[in-house]
Amino acid sequence: MAGGAASGGNATSEAYAPARGWLLLPTWVVLGIVVLAPIVLMLIYSFLTKEFRGGVIWEFSVDAYDQFFFDRGLFGDDAPTIQWAYIQIFWRSIWQATLATIFCLLIGFPTAYFIATRPANQRTIWVFLITIPYWVNLLIRTVSMRFILRDQGPLNDLLQWTGIVAEPLTIINTNLGVQIGLFYSYLPFMVLPLYAAIERYNFSLSEAASDLYAPRHKILTRIVLPAVKPGLIAGCILVFVPSLGSFLAPDLLGGARNFMIGSLIDEQFRGSAGNWPFGAAASMILLTLVLLVLMVLARQQARLEKGAG
Amino acid sequence: MQTGAARFDFPGFKVLTFLCLFILYAPLLVVTVYSFNDSRSITTWGGFSLRWYVDVFTGPDSAKFQSAAFNSFSIALIAATVATAIATSAALAMVRGGRFKLRTATFGLISLPILVPEIVTAVAMLIFFNAIGFTRGYTSILIAHIAFCIPFAYLPISARMQGIEGVYEQAAMDLYAGRAQAFRRVLLPMMMPGIISGFLLAFIISLDDFIITNFVKGAGIETLPTAIFGSVKQGLRPNIMAISTMLLVFSTVIVTLSWLVSRIDRTK
Repeated sequence: MAGGAASGGNATSEAYAPARGWLLLPTWVVLGIVVLAPIVLMLIYSFLTKEFRGGVIWEFSVDAYDQFFFDRGLFGDDAPTIQWAYIQIFWRSIWQATLATIFCLLIGFPTAYFIATRPANQRTIWVFLITIPYWVNLLIRTVSMRFILRDQGPLNDLLQWTGIVAEPLTIINTNLGVQIGLFYSYLPFMVLPLYAAIERYNFSLSEAASDLYAPRHKILTRIVLPAVKPGLIAGCILVFVPSLGSFLAPDLLGGARNFMIGSLIDEQFRGSAGNWPFGAAASMILLTLVLLVLMVLARQQARLEKGAG
Repeated sequence: MQTGAARFDFPGFKVLTFLCLFILYAPLLVVTVYSFNDSRSITTWGGFSLRWYVDVFTGPDSAKFQSAAFNSFSIALIAATVATAIATSAALAMVRGGRFKLRTATFGLISLPILVPEIVTAVAMLIFFNAIGFTRGYTSILIAHIAFCIPFAYLPISARMQGIEGVYEQAAMDLYAGRAQAFRRVLLPMMMPGIISGFLLAFIISLDDFIITNFVKGAGIETLPTAIFGSVKQGLRPNIMAISTMLLVFSTVIVTLSWLVSRIDRTK
């Protein structure tokens, strides 16, 4: 499988070239109409005027972005000051997503490394064990976290029984609760790409360094880590991006005071109190943030590949 | 070679690996255990019982859950089937279609549902269905699911196709098989493990989806995740744990199937 990607299909790699327009047509139509066009439409909506029953009036307006960044008082005629409420929600989301990425990395890297250094037949079983939670419904996983972390839940029972705490810890409805939820949700997303990268790593490089009397921790930081950096970046993207826009963990494990971007956006489309242009604008800002992160990381990735080749 | 790799192991890493597995599995195991709790309360243990499983099928909420389950499974089945067909066709052009101008753009389009945060896709789709005046319901959920399942079906299928060398089809065509025949009799059977993995992955992704479904479903229709979410919002009840356990077992069976298919794949 490994060598196939490079050498495979050369003899007939053009076999379907004459039909490729027809072969790609269903993909273009479905994804173009149902995903790409709606995103463009959302960009347009973010510049429209809000209608009070939810929905929009087709009149150009920058009100949504103005409301996001500036506070003009209750009647909208005060001198504009910076509106921190929404920026704070975005900042909290970035911070939570960054922390979740770091924690996933701290436990995910050793796990991936351990699995990759097992004999081949054991490796598939370890990977299988990581894959199962990856496939289990995210909602169910978040609900079970809520069940565990409750004030009268099993975790607090255990902590009180062992005498670590006297009173039950309140974790639900705190930032800590959201953080645990994000970490738990996306941990397998970190382990799998890291494992794929470390498994491809050629351990004879480590052998060579060891023969030259490099200590083991230096081999890890100076040789293994740089070699598996693409996997590292992929894992970080797969944890950071969904954490940033996550809805379930903040909604079920956080409360109104631990709002993240996902809940803010969701609120704009629920019932008549919503503000569609504002929701569209917040979505555009989130999308821009994600694209910026992806671009920075993709450039790094490209530089790595150039360095390797 | 393997013993060589194990030489560079760090002793603490084994502990962290077990910790990682413990973190991943403990909540799921606890919920599974408590789904067999005889007590009405979710806090105290009242002995082993199957009453909440009976409750799911015959209790006051059973009609709601049954229609939600029907919607979820029928949508997942149709969406995964259509997405797999579209993805297979796209993979033929992308992997066996030579170089062409729109290749990078097409790849970007296919990756879009994975790269864009799910809540953004959800908002965009809601706005889209609303703008064209499409009544939200079963059909809008199905259309949305077909679209976001395509990349998940595409990845295993194209990976598998890249792994199959062109010589096999070449040999078939040298022996006067037509291109359609070479596809149907040679390439398609060899791609089967990738197609099955792609289908199963798309199926699970569709079955699991909450955010996009919640935005495009409209009032009066539920899928399993939206029904479970609605119930949880009103308070955790033991019947939710019974449903969760059943879905958990179902997912595990599907992963195991997918794993076994990929094992067959290795022996070839």
